[in-house]
Amino acid sequence: MGPSIDEFFPGAILFAGTPFEMNRIMLIRVLVVIVLALIFVLGTRNLKIIPTRGQVALEFAYTFVRDSIVIGTLGEKDGKRFLPILMTIFFVTLGMDLTGTIPLLQIAGTSVIGLPLLMSLLAYALFIYAGIKQHGLKYFKNALILPGLNPFMAIFLALLEFLSTFIVRPVTLTLRLLMNMVAGHLLLSLCFLATQFFFFTVLAGGNPLGLLGIGTFAFGIAFTVLELFVAALQAYVITILTAIYLSMAIAEEH
Amino acid sequence: MLTAFVPTARTATTHSLLIPELPDLIWGTLAFVIILVIVIRVFVPRMTAMFDARADAIEGGLKRAEEAQAGAQQALENYNAQLAEARAEASRIRDAAREDAKKIRAELVEAAQADANRIVANAQTQIEAERTSALVSLRAEVGTLALDLASGVIGEALDDDARAAAYVDRFLADMELEQSAAAQATGAKAKAGK
Repeated sequence: MGPSIDEFFPGAILFAGTPFEMNRIMLIRVLVVIVLALIFVLGTRNLKIIPTRGQVALEFAYTFVRDSIVIGTLGEKDGKRFLPILMTIFFVTLGMDLTGTIPLLQIAGTSVIGLPLLMSLLAYALFIYAGIKQHGLKYFKNALILPGLNPFMAIFLALLEFLSTFIVRPVTLTLRLLMNMVAGHLLLSLCFLATQFFFFTVLAGGNPLGLLGIGTFAFGIAFTVLELFVAALQAYVITILTAIYLSMAIAEEH
Repeated sequence: MLTAFVPTARTATTHSLLIPELPDLIWGTLAFVIILVIVIRVFVPRMTAMFDARADAIEGGLKRAEEAQAGAQQALENYNAQLAEARAEASRIRDAAREDAKKIRAELVEAAQADANRIVANAQTQIEAERTSALVSLRAEVGTLALDLASGVIGEALDDDARAAAYVDRFLADMELEQSAAAQATGAKAKAGK
């Protein structure tokens, strides 16, 4: 029996039947929140001008997000405005993604749609807010209408711009993250379930074909490494795309 | 047999990957909001404060180093100025000393010259005086001798002093005349003989 999407909807553990119903994945999210909170609160309790090793690691993560993603995309002034929320998107995504490969947890907190959807809608609201704050209602005209075109083309392109900016952006932002995590989890489950099956059913039944389990196990390990990389990559991608959408909204001047 | 490996058995489910369920949204939102609050209230301010403090420390260090540099430069300039002043002073003192030495030497030379002149003058005066006195005494002696001789020759006492003196004087004047005539004659002869 291979993995199915039921993997992402495990049975309720706490508060069953209420809107706060908790299953394994929700518990994992809570755990991630606790770990992140501990790192952010305890890790920054005693910051030194001359840093310790732990502080260097924390500073590296912080300056990576601040300089490479936020300020690199939005510039110093606007970058500072949106730094906390982009920082949160990055670290929440990273932490929730990484649980997909952590032993015993082994499912990403972002592998059910709620959290990716929330962050995408937040990004969506944020760039529209930034655009309106910067340009007023002219923002929508700037975003949709390209100057110097004949009316027919202008309407056609406005439609396309509307689709790409206001429909496609949040959808792709959500699905890219969600489906990366879903696919990663299915891939790992498949590899390890297959290994289990080959070793303990086929090989134990006396069939040498069960040795294929070695191969599936090796693939499982390789995909685990890949998933670690994907976890970091998706955190980077969702953060930098949000930053880019923000910078486009602020700069938009057709 | 191998068909068992393939994940075909997808059980019918009431769940969908794409439709969020309420607990999912609630816990997702809570998780995000809690982290957002911590990031806004704690993480970013503390990191920012630390980076600012570090920048301050570095800038302060640089500023202090600059000040120290400026101080050293100032001290060096002061030192150089003092050195130049000392050199000028030394050279001025040396010039003055040289000037003084020259003056002193000139004065000494002048004094020595004056002394020498005075000594020479004294000597000349003395010589003149002695010559005069010698001449006077010689004249008296020669006169006495001559008178004695003449008295003996003419047998007549020439003891009348006034007359004797006049006589001697005349005699000497004659003798001088003779001598100069003889000297002229010998000079002419010597000229003619040449």
